[in-house]
Amino acid sequence: MKRGQKRGDQAEEGGGSVSGPGPGAPEVRKRLRRGDSEERRDEDGQVDWRQLPEEILLQIFQYLPLLDRAFASQVCRGWNQAFHMPELWRCFEFELNQPASSYLKATHPDLIKQIIKRHSNHLQYVSFKVDSSTESAEAACDILSQLVNCSLKTLGLISTARPSFMELPKSHFISALTVVFVNSKSLSSLKIDDTPVDDPSLKVLVANNSDTLKLLKMSSCPHVSPAGILCVADQCHGLRELALNYHLLSDELLLALSSERHVHLEHLRIDVVSENPGQQFHTIKKSSWDAMVRHSPKFNLVMYFFLYEDEFGPFFRDEVPVTHLYFGRSVSKEVLGRVGLTCPRLVELVVCANGLRPLDEELIRIADRCKQLSAIGLGECEVSCSAFVEFVKMCGGRLSQLSIMEEVLMPDNKYGLDDIHWEVSKHLGRVWFPDMMPTW
Amino acid sequence: MGVNSVHWFRKGLRLHDNPALQEALNGADTVRCVYILDPWFAGSANVGINRWRFLLESLEDLDTSLRKLNSRLFVVRGQPTDVFPRVFKEWNVTRLTFEYDSEPYGKERDAAIIKMAHEYGVETVVRNTHTLYSPDRIIEMNNHSPPLTFKRFQAIVNRLELPRKPLPTITQEQMAKCRTQISDNHDERYGVPSLEELGFKTQGDSLHVWKGGETEALERLNKHLDRKAWVANFERPRITAQSLFASPAGLSPYLRFGCLSCRVFYYNLRELYIKLRRRSSPPLSLFGQLLWREFFYTAATNNPNFDRMEGNPICVQIPWDHNPEALAKWAEGRTGFPWIDAIMTQLRQEGWIHHLARHAVACFLTRGDLWISWESGMKVFEELLLDADWSVNAGSWMWLSCSAFFQQFFHCYCPVGFGRRTDPSGDYIRRYIPKLKDYPNRYIYEPWNAPESVQKAANCIVGVDYPKPMINHAESSRLNIERMKQVYQQLSHYRGLSLLASVPTIQEEAEPPMSDDSQASSSTAGQACTPTPAPSTPPSSEPSSPTAAAPGTHTQRKRGRPSELTSKQKSKVQHTNQAKGVEQKIDDKQ
Repeated sequence: MKRGQKRGDQAEEGGGSVSGPGPGAPEVRKRLRRGDSEERRDEDGQVDWRQLPEEILLQIFQYLPLLDRAFASQVCRGWNQAFHMPELWRCFEFELNQPASSYLKATHPDLIKQIIKRHSNHLQYVSFKVDSSTESAEAACDILSQLVNCSLKTLGLISTARPSFMELPKSHFISALTVVFVNSKSLSSLKIDDTPVDDPSLKVLVANNSDTLKLLKMSSCPHVSPAGILCVADQCHGLRELALNYHLLSDELLLALSSERHVHLEHLRIDVVSENPGQQFHTIKKSSWDAMVRHSPKFNLVMYFFLYEDEFGPFFRDEVPVTHLYFGRSVSKEVLGRVGLTCPRLVELVVCANGLRPLDEELIRIADRCKQLSAIGLGECEVSCSAFVEFVKMCGGRLSQLSIMEEVLMPDNKYGLDDIHWEVSKHLGRVWFPDMMPTW
Repeated sequence: MGVNSVHWFRKGLRLHDNPALQEALNGADTVRCVYILDPWFAGSANVGINRWRFLLESLEDLDTSLRKLNSRLFVVRGQPTDVFPRVFKEWNVTRLTFEYDSEPYGKERDAAIIKMAHEYGVETVVRNTHTLYSPDRIIEMNNHSPPLTFKRFQAIVNRLELPRKPLPTITQEQMAKCRTQISDNHDERYGVPSLEELGFKTQGDSLHVWKGGETEALERLNKHLDRKAWVANFERPRITAQSLFASPAGLSPYLRFGCLSCRVFYYNLRELYIKLRRRSSPPLSLFGQLLWREFFYTAATNNPNFDRMEGNPICVQIPWDHNPEALAKWAEGRTGFPWIDAIMTQLRQEGWIHHLARHAVACFLTRGDLWISWESGMKVFEELLLDADWSVNAGSWMWLSCSAFFQQFFHCYCPVGFGRRTDPSGDYIRRYIPKLKDYPNRYIYEPWNAPESVQKAANCIVGVDYPKPMINHAESSRLNIERMKQVYQQLSHYRGLSLLASVPTIQEEAEPPMSDDSQASSSTAGQACTPTPAPSTPPSSEPSSPTAAAPGTHTQRKRGRPSELTSKQKSKVQHTNQAKGVEQKIDDKQ
């Protein structure tokens, strides 16, 4: 900071403009010449930084991290003004961390005050990164409720550790969030995963932003009902991306999203989470999925499963247009066998664990039936080396991601562990190795 | 004036394969073997009783061996910087020898001692024996940066000549030439202290499984080789329930303290393999365990911040939680997950756990369940784990928490299923958590799911006699996978839907395929062109080729342009620091 100040003083002292060749930043010089007929240099042939045109300064400032911009703003009045240019405040990420619960630094409270005072009407793309403490979530709500004269385009409430918004009194959270909904009127992207958002607040969202909303991510929001999300889908015809939990997914919702008035959906992300062991899950009709695919033939369906093995009953009975499939817990051979039969659009498959028997036939079937499959990750899933090689051979070069732990590859009479890297690399057309864990 | 040597033992607590000690003896008139220990520091240091016991036993064993050679071990109390000036004068020292320490802290300490010795006119001789290869040499061969993936490391190792052959043990004749007068009060002044002297309370050493010292190490080495010869199959051993228990053939603590020379281990394995397999050279995988150790030593040698997240250029910045209460539950084995608690109990009681068990508890503490920094876990291991070397410990923790080395983070171990897979009957749990011993197999990994009648019959009510699980694993793994994805997407600037693609690709490995030379040179990285049905057996797997023993060698040769690779690698790492930039935009795909 000291250095910056010193340079600033010099710049202010030598105000005259003298032309002539000399050292300095040639790039800046060229630009200056283009923008201005007069070259701005002092007696020493130094560029007079003070008179840098605003738009150039803006360009430079846009490349600087906030802290550097803050230092630069102390150089001179002109730069200080530039620091506050609205263009630099359209996008801001508030980092709210408490020293007791996080290792990361937090956005300084003074800066937050200043932003609310001077720039809240400039903010358009705002996110809050919040650690696991309730205080941080509260601080985020306090800031939100002060954003009364702003018009946000995007808002993200992101819990970086445990979801702390869930610990707030619901009414407190809702009133802060609805301030933004009511005032913004042109929200296009909203990420509110793991928050206590509820049906009435979604109504407010729809009432004010239905023409602009394109993205809504609200996985694990327990206070929203299927009717609440249906209201969003019915009214927001521009919605292209949606993330929610399986209990909000209904045939009606899929039909609403595939209605004629609705734009093509691009991404639908569904988290299938078991609240209590042995839970019964509803089913989605094949005709509803078919309607979705007809309306949005290219849409991606991303499904994350966090279920106990015995809860998969209703799933993968009929064809489902899933493209990205993730099994976060152990899943049976049988279910994976069904995946091969019912998921023709599958692009990525990640299986964290399966039972004790190797997955051989299931993999072969998936290679055979899922012609789009280009990424697969297998965690604690035993596979015989032959079956694995056969799988890779069938998929060939289209497998751009292939991840399996070395320790689950079972050598057999055809291939040992030393051969498999060669065989697989040959079929993939690039060097490949299994993933390893330190044996220490 | 004659040559008066001091050999300074730190690690390398052995008389076999000890080149620095040989240098001390070489032409010397007197030799003193010294270990410096600060008893006042001992109590406060973050080192648990099992590690101290192991060290003291190793020192006792050294002293016993030296006595047989008519010499003694001098355990000098104090700090090296205070001890050496005193000792140099008192003993008229002219030569100081010690084993090279590649770790940043050790290098700094040794540099100061070497400077001091120089000022006292004492010659210093340093020999590298704690690792098979010189970490600096590997870094040099990788274009002056440490390899960041294990495969890359193996490829470099494959190009190196074999490690130096181990030296024989010190003989009576050698020692006879430089005998030292042992004073009558030697035991009083220089004896090996007891645990009590260091401030530890000891009660009945019933669970004392690992006995420190070179003698024990060499016996174990024989058992280890016998077992290998018995199996005669050098494939990765099948992991069974039995693997989880301390094995009488386990060697890792002995390598850590240098009671066993890694080179002796290496050559014994190699010779056994050649004898049984009649093949010219064994594959690298034979030395897996040793090489992991080398890998982490190499990664750490020039990185003083290797053991922390902040300021560590290879460590991904992850917004871990601060949660001392949860950390304590984990460290003390009170998580309510019997598999995790049994492992932590074994670690605390015995000082060693199997590597799969390490994976399980490390994953549980960090990215899997509790979302607590790997640094906290590393410190607990440092206190309790006998084989915890600074580099290996920090490196393993970074690896297991997916904080470095480009790991796929979806490999998440389930605290119930993972253990059950290894030990379906739960004998391991019954041994370390006797409270649960009467639970039926079905519930032993998840006692909270047992019906009340079963809990009562087993005399252990969950929530009363044994804790309830501290976390819902399904819920936490759902959250954590999202958190990891956030972190990695920022790092790789990847915005797509693929989970696997969020992890930056490893440039080191994304290189032209093998097959034969002409193909490799015509194809370029990234352009995935399937090689024409190439030679059915890759050239390097032919037994006749003496230099190319394992797949890595061949690949490495084809890789080419190493300089470009390293620069890419560096820029990747820089992303790590930029990832936390203020100007990050919320992704609004419009």
